[in-house]
Formats: sequence, structure tokens, C-alpha cells
Amino acid sequence: MNSLADFVLVSAILFGIGVYGLVTKRNALRLLFAVELMINAANLNFVAFGQYLPLAQAAGPSAVGQTFVLFSIALAAAEAAVILAIVVVAYRLHQDVDVSELNSMKG
Amino acid sequence: MLSSTLLTCWRFRPRRKARSTRSSWTQRRGSPPTADAIFLGMLAVTVGGAIMALEAKEIVYGAIGLAGSLFGVATLFFLLDAPYVAVFQIAVYIGAVAVLILFTVMLVRQEKWAKELPTGSLARVAGIATGLAIAVAIALAAAATGLFNSTTTNPADFVRIGELISTSYAPVLEVLALVLAASIVAALTLSKVEREENA
Repeated sequence: MNSLADFVLVSAILFGIGVYGLVTKRNALRLLFAVELMINAANLNFVAFGQYLPLAQAAGPSAVGQTFVLFSIALAAAEAAVILAIVVVAYRLHQDVDVSELNSMKG
Repeated sequence: MLSSTLLTCWRFRPRRKARSTRSSWTQRRGSPPTADAIFLGMLAVTVGGAIMALEAKEIVYGAIGLAGSLFGVATLFFLLDAPYVAVFQIAVYIGAVAVLILFTVMLVRQEKWAKELPTGSLARVAGIATGLAIAVAIALAAAATGLFNSTTTNPADFVRIGELISTSYAPVLEVLALVLAASIVAALTLSKVEREENA
């Protein structure tokens, strides 16, 4: 079996790539990709730490980590839907998805 | 605080190097370490897909790379003895989110979406430095926990997940349902207003 360290390192790499995308990219869709990668890194950490948690109580294995990830995935889906709608509207209004050009809140 | 963290990592580091995953596998099971090969392959798919998502010239290929990366994470969930989460990840992320992104990109395909402005080299260096710094910080912080070298898993069956969702976290589930409904209504409203303006 792999150790917890393996999964945490994968998660750290994914999160680092997501941060790199957030810092360098200006295309709104690339920013969405970067945010999705960071969310996935967090989910991976949730499941990994949940699985490797020592049995502290006699209550049996805890599934809290996996439960949180289910909630997180559903939230990320909702977030992606809203961001895509905003991107489409911004494109129709400004003819551009460069976030450095979108500087007015007026429709 | 930080120095103690670093010290703890330093103390843990030699032990992690000394204990090889491969040897512990063969000692306990006596079978070839296929799980290690799968892990390494899926690590490559996950990281490669993530890089492709951000660096591909055409944004359509970026979306495909994102789907590949999400699939790699789903496989890692399988390796973590969490098949329910893995299947949920495939169904929701690859089945819904990635396809939604692909359809959006391909329906509203324009020059400016497809070709991206080149990133300046200074911004690229700054981005790589920031990403590396944060990744190393996360890894060090995780190495400071006592769990870091643990290989004993504690698999939870999904009956327990169902119990948790329907008892302790039932209010969370209901709020989540409201948030999903609100987001769908918001997305519909955004596109509907725009269509009226165009007409």
C-alpha cells in the first residue's frame, strides 16, 4: 500500500499547479481550470487524511472525510455552472474573456 | 512555530527514506507491487493533465487535459479505498463539469478563446515560484503531522457514509440542495437576460 505521504505529495503538486495557473493566466476559463485543480487537491487531502486517521474511538471507522468530499464535489459543480454562465455573459458584453479587461460591473 | 515544524520534518525525513513502500508491500503480501505501478501511472496522468489544462495552446485541449487530471484523481480515490467517492467524482466531474466546460468552449468558440495571449516570462517565473513555494509549504506542514508515514489504512464502508449524510449532516445536505438550486437558477437567469437584450 502507499503511505499517506504519497497522496499528500500529489495533492501538494496539484495545488501548486493550480496556484501557478491563478497567478499567470488571464483567460477566465483557465482560471476556472486552476480553481478546479485546487479543489481537487483539497478533496484528495480530505480522503487521504480520513483514510489514514488512526482509530481513536471504538465507534468504528469514520467516513467523515469522504462525506465532506461528496459535499465539496457537489459545491464545485454548482460553482463551475455559475462561473461558466458568467464567462459566457462577459464574453457577449465585452467580446473578451481576459479578466484584466473586465473592469466594470455594469451590464 | 515554523522552526519547530521544520525540525519535525527533518526528524521524519530519514525514516521515510529508509522505509520503502515496495519492500513493505512484498513483505506483507508477497505479490508484485502492481498498486505502486498504478499509483505512479496515475500520478503522471494527474499531473500531466493538470499541466496540459493550463498550458495547452487551444483551450479545448486544455479542457480535455482537465478531464484527464480529474480522472487521475478519481483513480487515486480508488487506491485510497474510497470507491464511492471515486465513482461520484467520475460521474459529477467528468460526466457533468468537464462536459459542461467542453460544450461551452465549443459552442462559443472564437479566436480569442482558442488562442491565448502569451504569458510574459516574468509572470511565468513568478507563478512557478509561487506555486513551488506553496506546494513545498503544504508538504512540509503535512510532514509535521504524526500521520505522515502511516501506511495502515482505515477504510470506511459506504453504509457509514449514508448514515452520516442522513443523520449528522442532514442539514448540510439540505443547504447544499438549496445552493445547487440557486446556482442553476442563477445560471439560467444570466443567460436568459442576455438573450432578451440580443433580441
